[in-house]
Amino acid sequence: MEPNNHAIGHRALRFPDYPIDGMAGTSFKHEHLPAILQQGRRQGFFEVHAENYMGDGGPPHRALSRIREDYPVSIHGVCLSIGGPQPLDRQHLTRFKALIERYEPALVSEHLAWSTHETTYFNDLLPLPYNADTLQHVAEHIDEVQETIGRQILLENPSSYLTFTESTMAETAFIRELARRTGCGLLLDINNVFVSATNLKTSALDYLADYPLDLVREIHLAGHATQSDENGELLLIDSHDGPVGDAVWKLYETVMVRTGPIATLVEWDSAIPDWLTLTREAAAAQAILDRGAVTDDRGARHAAV
Amino acid sequence: MQPSSLGFAAGREAAPYAAHFAGRLLDPGKPAPPDVTDTGGGGAERRFGIYRNNVTVSLIGALAAIFPTTLRITGPEFFRAMARFHIRATPPTSPLLFEYGHDFAAFIAQYQHARSMPWLADVARIERAWLDAYHAADEAVLAMEPLAAVAPEALGATRFIAHPATRLLSSSYPAFSIFSANRQDAPVGPIMATEPEWTLVTRPVFDVEVRRISPDAAMMIEGLMAGDTLGRAAGEALATFADFDLPAAIAGLIEAGAFCGISTNGARDET
Repeated sequence: MEPNNHAIGHRALRFPDYPIDGMAGTSFKHEHLPAILQQGRRQGFFEVHAENYMGDGGPPHRALSRIREDYPVSIHGVCLSIGGPQPLDRQHLTRFKALIERYEPALVSEHLAWSTHETTYFNDLLPLPYNADTLQHVAEHIDEVQETIGRQILLENPSSYLTFTESTMAETAFIRELARRTGCGLLLDINNVFVSATNLKTSALDYLADYPLDLVREIHLAGHATQSDENGELLLIDSHDGPVGDAVWKLYETVMVRTGPIATLVEWDSAIPDWLTLTREAAAAQAILDRGAVTDDRGARHAAV
Repeated sequence: MQPSSLGFAAGREAAPYAAHFAGRLLDPGKPAPPDVTDTGGGGAERRFGIYRNNVTVSLIGALAAIFPTTLRITGPEFFRAMARFHIRATPPTSPLLFEYGHDFAAFIAQYQHARSMPWLADVARIERAWLDAYHAADEAVLAMEPLAAVAPEALGATRFIAHPATRLLSSSYPAFSIFSANRQDAPVGPIMATEPEWTLVTRPVFDVEVRRISPDAAMMIEGLMAGDTLGRAAGEALATFADFDLPAAIAGLIEAGAFCGISTNGARDET
Protein backbone atom coordinates (compact mmCIF):
# COMPACT_ATOMS: atom_id res chain seq x y z
CA MET A 1 0.00 0.00 0.00
CA GLU A 2 1.22 3.50 -0.80
CA PRO A 3 2.73 5.27 2.19
CA ASN A 4 0.54 8.34 1.67
CA ASN A 5 -2.67 6.38 2.01
CA HIS A 6 -3.58 8.07 5.27
CA ALA A 7 -3.04 11.47 3.72
CA ILE A 8 -5.94 10.88 1.32
CA GLY A 9 -8.24 9.74 4.13
CA HIS A 10 -11.48 11.63 4.67
CA ARG A 11 -10.18 14.01 7.31
CA ALA A 12 -7.96 15.77 4.80
CA LEU A 13 -10.76 16.27 2.27
CA ARG A 14 -12.85 19.36 1.82
CA PHE A 15 -15.31 18.91 -0.98
CA PRO A 16 -16.35 21.57 -3.49
CA ASP A 17 -19.53 23.48 -2.73
CA TYR A 18 -21.44 22.54 -5.88
CA PRO A 19 -24.89 24.11 -6.40
CA ILE A 20 -27.87 21.75 -6.56
CA ASP A 21 -30.75 24.14 -7.27
CA GLY A 22 -32.78 23.30 -10.34
CA MET A 23 -30.87 20.10 -11.05
CA ALA A 24 -32.14 16.60 -11.70
CA GLY A 25 -30.32 13.79 -9.87
CA THR A 26 -30.40 10.05 -9.40
CA SER A 27 -29.95 7.57 -6.58
CA PHE A 28 -26.28 6.57 -6.36
CA LYS A 29 -25.63 2.88 -6.91
CA HIS A 30 -22.11 1.49 -6.73
CA GLU A 31 -22.55 -0.64 -9.84
CA HIS A 32 -22.95 2.59 -11.83
CA LEU A 33 -19.73 4.18 -10.58
CA PRO A 34 -17.50 3.09 -13.51
CA ALA A 35 -20.04 4.39 -16.05
CA ILE A 36 -20.48 7.65 -14.14
CA LEU A 37 -16.73 8.27 -14.05
CA GLN A 38 -16.31 7.28 -17.68
CA GLN A 39 -18.84 9.80 -18.95
CA GLY A 40 -16.94 12.68 -17.33
CA ARG A 41 -18.41 15.31 -15.06
CA ARG A 42 -21.93 16.37 -15.99
CA GLN A 43 -24.71 18.44 -14.51
CA GLY A 44 -26.67 16.64 -11.80
CA PHE A 45 -26.51 15.30 -8.27
CA PHE A 46 -26.61 12.00 -6.43
CA GLU A 47 -28.68 10.97 -3.45
CA VAL A 48 -27.65 8.24 -1.01
CA HIS A 49 -29.37 6.57 1.90
CA ALA A 50 -27.48 7.69 4.98
CA GLU A 51 -27.50 4.28 6.65
CA ASN A 52 -25.58 2.62 3.79
CA TYR A 53 -22.59 4.81 4.63
CA MET A 54 -22.48 4.33 8.37
CA GLY A 55 -19.86 1.59 8.32
CA ASP A 56 -16.37 2.48 9.55
CA GLY A 57 -14.63 2.36 6.16
CA GLY A 58 -14.13 0.29 3.05
CA PRO A 59 -15.51 0.47 -0.50
CA PRO A 60 -18.77 2.37 0.30
CA HIS A 61 -16.89 5.40 1.63
CA ARG A 62 -14.36 5.20 -1.16
CA ALA A 63 -17.15 5.26 -3.77
CA LEU A 64 -19.08 8.09 -2.14
CA SER A 65 -15.93 10.17 -1.63
CA ARG A 66 -15.10 9.79 -5.30
CA ILE A 67 -18.58 10.86 -6.36
CA ARG A 68 -18.58 13.76 -3.93
CA GLU A 69 -15.40 15.16 -5.52
CA ASP A 70 -17.33 15.75 -8.76
CA TYR A 71 -20.97 16.21 -7.69
CA PRO A 72 -23.23 17.64 -5.03
CA VAL A 73 -24.88 14.92 -2.96
CA SER A 74 -28.09 14.69 -1.00
CA ILE A 75 -28.09 12.57 2.16
CA HIS A 76 -31.44 10.90 2.68
CA GLY A 77 -32.01 9.36 6.11
CA VAL A 78 -34.23 6.31 6.17
CA CYS A 79 -33.98 5.10 9.76
CA LEU A 80 -34.13 8.00 12.24
CA SER A 81 -37.71 6.98 13.01
CA ILE A 82 -38.77 10.56 13.74
CA GLY A 83 -42.44 9.61 13.33
CA GLY A 84 -42.30 7.09 16.16
CA PRO A 85 -43.43 7.78 19.73
CA GLN A 86 -40.20 6.72 21.42
CA PRO A 87 -37.11 8.90 21.87
CA LEU A 88 -34.69 9.07 18.97
CA ASP A 89 -31.73 6.70 19.00
CA ARG A 90 -28.94 9.03 20.12
CA GLN A 91 -26.21 6.75 18.86
CA HIS A 92 -27.81 6.70 15.44
CA LEU A 93 -28.26 10.45 15.45
CA THR A 94 -24.57 10.85 16.27
CA ARG A 95 -23.68 8.68 13.28
CA PHE A 96 -25.99 10.80 11.10
CA LYS A 97 -24.24 13.97 12.24
CA ALA A 98 -20.80 12.50 11.53
CA LEU A 99 -21.84 11.46 8.03
CA ILE A 100 -23.11 14.96 7.24
CA GLU A 101 -19.90 16.54 8.54
CA ARG A 102 -17.86 14.13 6.46
CA TYR A 103 -19.62 14.56 3.10
CA GLU A 104 -20.92 18.15 3.30
CA PRO A 105 -24.16 17.35 1.44
CA ALA A 106 -26.16 20.01 -0.36
CA LEU A 107 -29.39 18.58 1.09
CA VAL A 108 -30.32 16.47 4.12
CA SER A 109 -33.72 14.80 4.41
CA GLU A 110 -35.76 12.30 6.42
CA HIS A 111 -39.24 10.79 6.36
CA LEU A 112 -42.47 11.50 8.15
CA ALA A 113 -42.55 7.88 9.28
CA TRP A 114 -41.15 5.49 11.85
CA SER A 115 -39.13 2.28 11.47
CA THR A 116 -38.01 1.26 14.97
CA HIS A 117 -40.18 0.27 17.93
CA GLU A 118 -38.56 -0.58 21.27
CA THR A 119 -35.49 -2.45 20.02
CA THR A 120 -36.78 -3.85 16.72
CA TYR A 121 -35.85 -2.22 13.43
CA PHE A 122 -38.52 -3.04 10.81
CA ASN A 123 -36.77 -1.75 7.68
CA ASP A 124 -39.92 -0.07 6.40
CA LEU A 125 -41.37 3.44 6.50
CA LEU A 126 -44.34 2.95 8.80
CA PRO A 127 -47.24 5.38 9.20
CA LEU A 128 -48.54 7.48 12.08
CA PRO A 129 -51.83 9.17 12.93
CA TYR A 130 -52.00 12.93 12.50
CA ASN A 131 -53.20 14.66 15.67
CA ALA A 132 -52.05 17.09 18.37
CA ASP A 133 -50.08 14.41 20.26
CA THR A 134 -48.14 13.14 17.29
CA LEU A 135 -47.58 16.69 16.05
CA GLN A 136 -45.95 17.54 19.36
CA HIS A 137 -43.58 14.58 19.50
CA VAL A 138 -42.63 14.63 15.81
CA ALA A 139 -41.86 18.35 16.10
CA GLU A 140 -39.64 17.61 19.11
CA HIS A 141 -37.84 14.93 17.11
CA ILE A 142 -37.24 17.25 14.15
CA ASP A 143 -35.97 19.94 16.55
CA GLU A 144 -33.58 17.41 18.06
CA VAL A 145 -32.26 16.29 14.67
CA GLN A 146 -31.77 19.86 13.43
CA GLU A 147 -30.09 20.95 16.67
CA THR A 148 -27.78 17.94 16.59
CA ILE A 149 -26.64 18.32 12.99
CA GLY A 150 -26.71 22.12 13.07
CA ARG A 151 -28.72 22.55 9.89
CA GLN A 152 -32.16 22.28 8.36
CA ILE A 153 -33.60 18.95 7.29
CA LEU A 154 -36.21 18.40 4.61
CA LEU A 155 -39.21 16.30 5.66
CA GLU A 156 -40.65 13.87 3.12
CA ASN A 157 -44.37 13.10 2.85
CA PRO A 158 -45.11 9.35 3.07
CA SER A 159 -46.95 6.96 0.79
CA SER A 160 -50.09 5.76 2.56
CA TYR A 161 -52.09 2.56 2.27
CA LEU A 162 -54.55 3.07 5.14
CA THR A 163 -55.76 5.71 7.58
CA PHE A 164 -55.83 5.94 11.37
CA THR A 165 -59.07 6.41 13.26
CA GLU A 166 -57.12 8.67 15.64
CA SER A 167 -56.12 11.15 12.94
CA THR A 168 -57.70 14.58 13.41
CA MET A 169 -55.61 16.56 10.91
CA ALA A 170 -55.05 16.33 7.17
CA GLU A 171 -51.50 15.30 6.22
CA THR A 172 -50.94 18.65 4.47
CA ALA A 173 -51.98 20.59 7.58
CA PHE A 174 -49.81 18.33 9.75
CA ILE A 175 -46.77 18.88 7.55
CA ARG A 176 -47.35 22.63 7.32
CA GLU A 177 -47.58 22.91 11.09
CA LEU A 178 -44.44 20.80 11.59
CA ALA A 179 -42.54 23.10 9.24
CA ARG A 180 -43.89 26.19 11.03
CA ARG A 181 -42.88 24.88 14.46
CA THR A 182 -39.46 23.51 13.55
CA GLY A 183 -38.29 25.55 10.58
CA CYS A 184 -37.67 22.37 8.60
CA GLY A 185 -37.94 22.44 4.82
CA LEU A 186 -39.87 19.94 2.75
CA LEU A 187 -39.08 17.14 0.37
CA LEU A 188 -42.14 16.68 -1.80
CA ASP A 189 -42.39 13.11 -3.09
CA ILE A 190 -44.86 13.44 -5.95
CA ASN A 191 -45.09 9.70 -6.47
CA ASN A 192 -46.09 9.37 -2.81
CA VAL A 193 -48.75 12.05 -3.30
CA PHE A 194 -50.17 10.12 -6.25
CA VAL A 195 -49.90 6.72 -4.54
CA SER A 196 -51.60 7.97 -1.35
CA ALA A 197 -54.35 9.82 -3.22
CA THR A 198 -55.16 6.71 -5.25
CA ASN A 199 -55.05 4.40 -2.23
CA LEU A 200 -57.10 6.69 0.00
CA LYS A 201 -59.46 7.85 -2.78
CA THR A 202 -58.55 11.50 -2.41
CA SER A 203 -57.32 14.00 -4.99
CA ALA A 204 -53.62 14.51 -5.67
CA LEU A 205 -54.35 17.96 -7.08
CA ASP A 206 -56.27 18.94 -3.94
CA TYR A 207 -53.34 17.69 -1.85
CA LEU A 208 -50.89 19.81 -3.85
CA ALA A 209 -53.21 22.83 -3.66
CA ASP A 210 -53.19 22.56 0.13
CA TYR A 211 -49.50 21.68 0.50
CA PRO A 212 -46.98 24.45 1.40
CA LEU A 213 -45.10 24.38 -1.90
CA ASP A 214 -43.09 27.46 -0.92
CA LEU A 215 -41.15 25.32 1.61
CA VAL A 216 -40.13 22.61 -0.88
CA ARG A 217 -36.38 22.32 -1.46
CA GLU A 218 -36.34 18.90 -3.15
CA ILE A 219 -38.68 16.74 -5.16
CA HIS A 220 -38.77 12.95 -5.50
CA LEU A 221 -40.13 11.21 -8.56
CA ALA A 222 -40.45 7.41 -8.69
CA GLY A 223 -42.28 4.50 -10.20
CA HIS A 224 -44.98 2.46 -8.46
CA ALA A 225 -46.50 -1.00 -8.73
CA THR A 226 -50.20 -1.92 -8.88
CA GLN A 227 -52.24 -4.25 -6.63
CA SER A 228 -55.79 -4.36 -5.28
CA ASP A 229 -57.36 -4.78 -1.85
CA GLU A 230 -59.96 -7.38 -0.80
CA ASN A 231 -62.77 -5.21 -2.19
CA GLY A 232 -61.06 -5.07 -5.55
CA GLU A 233 -60.03 -1.45 -5.02
CA LEU A 234 -56.86 -0.32 -6.76
CA LEU A 235 -53.82 -0.13 -4.51
CA LEU A 236 -50.58 1.46 -5.66
CA ILE A 237 -47.33 0.37 -4.03
CA ASP A 238 -44.44 2.82 -3.68
CA SER A 239 -41.95 0.35 -5.15
CA HIS A 240 -39.23 2.54 -6.78
CA ASP A 241 -38.61 -0.31 -9.22
CA GLY A 242 -39.44 1.22 -12.59
CA PRO A 243 -39.78 4.40 -14.64
CA VAL A 244 -41.77 7.37 -13.35
CA GLY A 245 -45.45 7.01 -14.24
CA ASP A 246 -47.21 9.37 -16.67
CA ALA A 247 -49.57 10.70 -14.00
CA VAL A 248 -46.60 11.55 -11.78
CA TRP A 249 -44.85 13.39 -14.64
CA LYS A 250 -48.01 15.43 -15.20
CA LEU A 251 -48.29 16.34 -11.53
CA TYR A 252 -44.60 17.27 -11.56
CA GLU A 253 -45.13 19.68 -14.45
CA THR A 254 -48.08 21.19 -12.61
CA VAL A 255 -45.91 21.76 -9.53
CA MET A 256 -42.99 23.16 -11.55
CA VAL A 257 -45.25 25.77 -13.14
CA ARG A 258 -46.14 26.98 -9.65
CA THR A 259 -42.74 26.76 -7.94
CA GLY A 260 -40.06 27.17 -10.60
CA PRO A 261 -37.09 24.79 -10.70
CA ILE A 262 -36.34 22.68 -7.58
CA ALA A 263 -33.71 19.96 -7.19
CA THR A 264 -35.43 16.78 -8.38
CA LEU A 265 -34.45 13.17 -7.72
CA VAL A 266 -35.44 10.23 -9.87
CA GLU A 267 -35.69 7.64 -7.11
CA TRP A 268 -35.18 4.31 -8.83
CA ASP A 269 -33.45 2.14 -6.25
CA SER A 270 -35.00 -1.30 -6.66
CA ALA A 271 -34.68 -3.49 -9.78
CA ILE A 272 -32.00 -0.95 -10.69
CA PRO A 273 -31.57 -0.31 -14.42
CA ASP A 274 -28.32 0.37 -16.26
CA TRP A 275 -26.79 3.83 -16.00
CA LEU A 276 -27.96 4.94 -19.45
CA THR A 277 -31.62 4.19 -18.63
CA LEU A 278 -31.33 6.09 -15.37
CA THR A 279 -29.70 9.12 -17.02
CA ARG A 280 -32.52 9.25 -19.59
CA GLU A 281 -35.08 9.38 -16.79
CA ALA A 282 -33.12 12.17 -15.09
CA ALA A 283 -32.78 14.01 -18.41
CA ALA A 284 -36.57 13.97 -18.77
CA ALA A 285 -36.85 15.68 -15.38
CA GLN A 286 -34.07 18.12 -16.30
CA ALA A 287 -35.94 19.12 -19.47
CA ILE A 288 -38.99 20.05 -17.38
CA LEU A 289 -36.78 21.92 -14.91
CA ASP A 290 -35.08 23.86 -17.71
CA ARG A 291 -38.43 24.84 -19.19
CA GLY A 292 -39.35 26.29 -15.81
CA ALA A 293 -36.05 28.17 -15.66
CA VAL A 294 -36.80 29.80 -19.03
CA THR A 295 -40.24 30.83 -17.78
CA ASP A 296 -38.59 32.26 -14.66
CA ASP A 297 -36.16 34.34 -16.73
CA ARG A 298 -38.99 35.78 -18.79
CA GLY A 299 -40.88 36.60 -15.63
CA ALA A 300 -37.81 38.35 -14.23
CA ARG A 301 -37.34 40.36 -17.43
CA HIS A 302 -40.97 41.39 -17.48
CA ALA A 303 -40.67 42.43 -13.88
CA ALA A 304 -37.57 44.47 -14.71
CA VAL A 305 -39.39 46.23 -17.53
CA MET B 1 -50.14 1.85 29.49
CA GLN B 2 -46.95 0.21 30.71
CA PRO B 3 -43.85 2.34 30.21
CA SER B 4 -41.46 0.95 27.66
CA SER B 5 -38.30 -0.74 28.81
CA LEU B 6 -36.43 2.04 27.00
CA GLY B 7 -38.12 4.74 29.09
CA PHE B 8 -40.00 7.52 27.37
CA ALA B 9 -39.56 11.26 27.69
CA ALA B 10 -40.60 12.56 31.07
CA GLY B 11 -44.30 12.31 31.73
CA ARG B 12 -45.28 11.26 28.23
CA GLU B 13 -47.04 8.02 27.56
CA ALA B 14 -46.37 6.37 24.27
CA ALA B 15 -49.09 6.67 21.69
CA PRO B 16 -50.23 3.13 20.90
CA TYR B 17 -50.04 3.23 17.10
CA ALA B 18 -46.45 1.99 16.90
CA ALA B 19 -46.99 -0.74 19.48
CA HIS B 20 -50.09 -1.88 17.59
CA PHE B 21 -48.11 -2.16 14.37
CA ALA B 22 -45.00 -3.62 15.92
CA GLY B 23 -46.83 -6.48 17.59
CA ARG B 24 -48.43 -7.54 14.30
CA LEU B 25 -45.92 -6.84 11.53
CA LEU B 26 -43.97 -10.07 11.98
CA ASP B 27 -46.95 -12.20 12.99
CA PRO B 28 -49.23 -13.11 10.07
CA GLY B 29 -51.61 -14.87 12.46
CA LYS B 30 -52.76 -11.60 14.00
CA PRO B 31 -55.37 -9.28 12.50
CA ALA B 32 -54.66 -5.69 11.44
CA PRO B 33 -54.40 -3.11 14.26
CA PRO B 34 -57.74 -1.87 15.67
CA ASP B 35 -56.97 1.79 14.91
CA VAL B 36 -56.57 1.59 11.11
CA THR B 37 -59.19 1.56 8.37
CA ASP B 38 -59.57 1.45 4.63
CA THR B 39 -61.15 4.34 2.70
CA GLY B 40 -64.70 3.46 3.72
CA GLY B 41 -64.17 3.05 7.45
CA GLY B 42 -63.93 -0.73 7.06
CA GLY B 43 -61.23 -3.19 7.99
CA ALA B 44 -57.80 -2.89 6.46
CA GLU B 45 -56.39 -6.42 6.46
CA ARG B 46 -55.06 -6.33 2.92
CA ARG B 47 -53.80 -2.77 3.35
CA PHE B 48 -52.02 -3.56 6.60
CA GLY B 49 -50.69 -6.61 4.78
CA ILE B 50 -48.72 -4.29 2.49
CA TYR B 51 -46.63 -3.12 5.46
CA ARG B 52 -46.34 -6.67 6.75
CA ASN B 53 -45.19 -7.82 3.33
CA ASN B 54 -42.75 -4.92 2.92
CA VAL B 55 -41.13 -5.72 6.27
CA THR B 56 -40.84 -9.46 5.64
CA VAL B 57 -39.73 -9.23 2.02
CA SER B 58 -37.20 -6.47 2.70
CA LEU B 59 -35.64 -8.32 5.62
CA ILE B 60 -35.46 -11.58 3.67
CA GLY B 61 -33.87 -9.51 0.91
CA ALA B 62 -31.37 -8.12 3.40
CA LEU B 63 -30.34 -11.64 4.44
CA ALA B 64 -30.18 -12.73 0.79
CA ALA B 65 -27.83 -9.83 0.05
CA ILE B 66 -25.57 -10.68 3.00
CA PHE B 67 -25.60 -14.46 2.33
CA PRO B 68 -25.67 -14.89 -1.49
CA THR B 69 -23.56 -18.06 -1.40
CA THR B 70 -25.80 -19.69 1.17
CA LEU B 71 -28.76 -18.76 -1.04
CA ARG B 72 -27.10 -20.25 -4.11
CA ILE B 73 -26.43 -23.50 -2.28
CA THR B 74 -29.93 -23.87 -0.84
CA GLY B 75 -31.89 -22.36 -3.73
CA PRO B 76 -34.22 -19.39 -3.30
CA GLU B 77 -37.29 -21.25 -1.98
CA PHE B 78 -35.38 -23.00 0.78
CA PHE B 79 -33.51 -19.81 1.64
CA ARG B 80 -36.63 -17.66 1.84
CA ALA B 81 -38.37 -20.14 4.13
CA MET B 82 -35.32 -20.38 6.39
CA ALA B 83 -34.83 -16.61 6.41
CA ARG B 84 -38.50 -16.03 7.24
CA PHE B 85 -38.19 -18.19 10.36
CA HIS B 86 -35.07 -16.29 11.35
CA ILE B 87 -36.42 -12.75 10.91
CA ARG B 88 -39.49 -13.61 12.99
CA ALA B 89 -37.36 -15.11 15.75
CA THR B 90 -34.52 -12.55 15.54
CA PRO B 91 -35.50 -9.33 13.79
CA PRO B 92 -32.83 -6.63 13.39
CA THR B 93 -32.04 -4.52 16.43
CA SER B 94 -29.97 -1.93 14.54
CA PRO B 95 -31.01 0.39 11.72
CA LEU B 96 -27.70 -0.52 10.08
CA LEU B 97 -28.84 -3.51 8.02
CA PHE B 98 -25.28 -4.43 7.09
CA GLU B 99 -24.94 -5.41 10.76
CA TYR B 100 -27.86 -7.84 10.50
CA GLY B 101 -27.42 -11.60 10.29
CA HIS B 102 -24.74 -12.14 12.93
CA ASP B 103 -27.03 -14.77 14.48
CA PHE B 104 -28.02 -16.35 11.17
CA ALA B 105 -25.25 -18.97 11.06
CA ALA B 106 -26.15 -20.19 14.55
CA PHE B 107 -29.79 -20.37 13.42
CA ILE B 108 -28.81 -22.40 10.34
CA ALA B 109 -26.77 -24.77 12.51
CA GLN B 110 -29.93 -25.78 14.41
CA TYR B 111 -32.40 -25.43 11.51
CA GLN B 112 -34.05 -28.80 11.12
CA HIS B 113 -34.32 -28.71 7.33
CA ALA B 114 -30.61 -27.90 6.92
CA ARG B 115 -29.37 -30.97 8.81
CA SER B 116 -28.27 -32.65 5.60
CA MET B 117 -25.89 -29.69 5.04
CA PRO B 118 -23.93 -29.58 8.31
CA TRP B 119 -21.33 -27.29 6.69
CA LEU B 120 -23.89 -24.66 5.63
CA ALA B 121 -23.62 -22.64 8.86
CA ASP B 122 -19.84 -22.38 8.40
CA VAL B 123 -20.30 -21.10 4.84
CA ALA B 124 -22.70 -18.48 6.23
CA ARG B 125 -20.08 -17.50 8.83
CA ILE B 126 -17.58 -16.81 6.06
CA GLU B 127 -20.16 -14.64 4.28
CA ARG B 128 -20.94 -12.66 7.41
CA ALA B 129 -17.18 -12.16 7.99
CA TRP B 130 -16.85 -10.97 4.37
CA LEU B 131 -19.35 -8.17 5.04
CA ASP B 132 -17.65 -7.28 8.35
CA ALA B 133 -14.40 -6.90 6.41
CA TYR B 134 -16.11 -4.86 3.67
CA HIS B 135 -17.28 -2.20 6.15
CA ALA B 136 -14.30 -2.34 8.52
CA ALA B 137 -12.25 0.77 9.24
CA ASP B 138 -9.60 1.88 6.75
CA GLU B 139 -6.05 1.15 7.92
CA ALA B 140 -2.89 0.71 5.91
CA VAL B 141 -1.75 -2.91 6.17
CA LEU B 142 1.55 -3.93 7.72
CA ALA B 143 4.36 -4.36 5.18
CA MET B 144 7.42 -6.56 5.63
CA GLU B 145 9.82 -3.66 6.28
CA PRO B 146 8.80 -2.68 9.85
CA LEU B 147 9.08 -6.32 10.87
CA ALA B 148 12.47 -6.69 9.17
CA ALA B 149 13.66 -3.67 11.15
CA VAL B 150 12.99 -5.39 14.50
CA ALA B 151 16.18 -6.64 16.16
CA PRO B 152 16.29 -10.47 16.07
CA GLU B 153 16.38 -10.70 19.86
CA ALA B 154 13.22 -8.57 20.09
CA LEU B 155 11.17 -10.62 17.61
CA GLY B 156 9.90 -13.13 20.18
CA ALA B 157 8.31 -10.36 22.27
CA THR B 158 6.74 -8.63 19.26
CA ARG B 159 2.96 -8.39 19.11
CA PHE B 160 0.92 -7.98 15.93
CA ILE B 161 -2.09 -5.71 15.59
CA ALA B 162 -4.82 -7.32 13.49
CA HIS B 163 -6.20 -5.15 10.71
CA PRO B 164 -9.82 -4.11 11.48
CA ALA B 165 -11.01 -6.20 8.52
CA THR B 166 -9.24 -9.43 9.49
CA ARG B 167 -11.40 -12.43 10.43
CA LEU B 168 -10.36 -16.03 11.04
CA LEU B 169 -12.88 -18.86 10.71
CA SER B 170 -12.51 -22.54 11.48
CA SER B 171 -14.71 -25.30 10.19
CA SER B 172 -14.87 -29.03 10.79
CA TYR B 173 -15.87 -29.21 7.13
CA PRO B 174 -14.32 -27.93 3.88
CA ALA B 175 -16.28 -24.69 4.28
CA PHE B 176 -13.79 -22.60 2.30
CA SER B 177 -13.91 -24.96 -0.68
CA ILE B 178 -17.70 -24.98 -0.65
CA PHE B 179 -17.85 -21.19 -0.23
CA SER B 180 -15.41 -20.41 -3.03
CA ALA B 181 -16.99 -22.88 -5.47
CA ASN B 182 -20.40 -21.26 -4.95
CA ARG B 183 -19.41 -17.60 -4.59
CA GLN B 184 -19.32 -17.11 -8.35
CA ASP B 185 -21.68 -17.58 -11.25
CA ALA B 186 -20.05 -20.50 -13.06
CA PRO B 187 -21.51 -24.00 -12.67
CA VAL B 188 -20.28 -25.82 -9.57
CA GLY B 189 -18.62 -29.19 -10.12
CA PRO B 190 -18.25 -31.86 -7.44
CA ILE B 191 -16.28 -30.68 -4.40
CA MET B 192 -13.77 -33.37 -3.51
CA ALA B 193 -12.43 -31.78 -0.31
CA THR B 194 -13.36 -33.50 2.94
CA GLU B 195 -10.83 -32.03 5.40
CA PRO B 196 -11.57 -29.37 7.99
CA GLU B 197 -10.57 -25.95 6.65
CA TRP B 198 -9.45 -22.61 8.06
CA THR B 199 -10.48 -19.44 6.28
CA LEU B 200 -8.81 -16.02 6.54
CA VAL B 201 -10.77 -12.91 5.49
CA THR B 202 -8.81 -9.69 4.91
CA ARG B 203 -9.05 -6.40 3.04
CA PRO B 204 -5.44 -5.67 2.05
CA VAL B 205 -6.00 -2.73 -0.29
CA PHE B 206 -9.51 -2.06 -1.58
CA ASP B 207 -11.26 -5.37 -1.95
CA VAL B 208 -12.13 -8.09 0.51
CA GLU B 209 -10.08 -11.26 0.03
CA VAL B 210 -10.96 -14.72 1.28
CA ARG B 211 -8.31 -17.44 1.38
CA ARG B 212 -7.76 -20.84 2.91
CA ILE B 213 -4.83 -21.00 5.29
CA SER B 214 -3.03 -24.00 6.72
CA PRO B 215 -3.91 -25.24 10.22
CA ASP B 216 -0.48 -24.27 11.60
CA ALA B 217 -0.64 -20.70 10.27
CA ALA B 218 -4.22 -20.52 11.55
CA MET B 219 -3.13 -21.57 15.00
CA MET B 220 -0.44 -18.90 15.03
CA ILE B 221 -2.63 -16.04 13.83
CA GLU B 222 -5.34 -17.06 16.25
CA GLY B 223 -2.81 -16.54 19.04
CA LEU B 224 -1.56 -13.28 17.53
CA MET B 225 -5.10 -11.93 17.16
CA ALA B 226 -5.72 -12.79 20.81
CA GLY B 227 -2.72 -10.62 21.76
CA ASP B 228 -0.06 -13.30 22.22
CA THR B 229 3.55 -12.44 21.43
CA LEU B 230 5.07 -13.89 18.28
CA GLY B 231 7.22 -16.14 20.44
CA ARG B 232 4.28 -17.66 22.20
CA ALA B 233 1.97 -17.93 19.16
CA ALA B 234 4.71 -19.47 16.99
CA GLY B 235 5.80 -21.75 19.83
CA GLU B 236 2.32 -23.23 20.17
CA ALA B 237 2.09 -23.80 16.42
CA LEU B 238 5.52 -25.46 16.42
CA ALA B 239 4.58 -27.67 19.36
CA THR B 240 1.54 -28.95 17.48
CA PHE B 241 2.93 -29.02 13.94
CA ALA B 242 6.53 -30.23 13.86
CA ASP B 243 7.07 -29.07 10.26
CA PHE B 244 5.62 -25.57 10.81
CA ASP B 245 7.41 -23.13 8.46
CA LEU B 246 7.35 -19.96 10.55
CA PRO B 247 8.93 -17.50 8.06
CA ALA B 248 6.61 -18.67 5.27
CA ALA B 249 3.59 -18.39 7.55
CA ILE B 250 4.47 -14.82 8.60
CA ALA B 251 5.17 -13.79 5.01
CA GLY B 252 1.84 -15.27 3.89
CA LEU B 253 -0.15 -13.49 6.61
CA ILE B 254 1.54 -10.16 5.89
CA GLU B 255 0.95 -10.56 2.16
CA ALA B 256 -2.72 -11.26 2.92
CA GLY B 257 -2.89 -7.95 4.79
CA ALA B 258 -3.86 -9.57 8.08
CA PHE B 259 -2.12 -6.95 10.23
CA CYS B 260 -1.86 -3.19 10.41
CA GLY B 261 0.99 -2.80 12.84
CA ILE B 262 3.39 -4.36 15.33
CA SER B 263 4.34 -3.42 18.85
CA THR B 264 7.58 -4.06 20.60
CA ASN B 265 7.81 -3.45 24.36
CA GLY B 266 4.20 -2.38 24.35
CA ALA B 267 4.78 0.53 21.97
CA ARG B 268 2.85 0.33 18.75
CA ASP B 269 4.94 0.69 15.63
CA GLU B 270 2.75 1.88 12.79
CA THR B 271 3.42 0.85 9.22
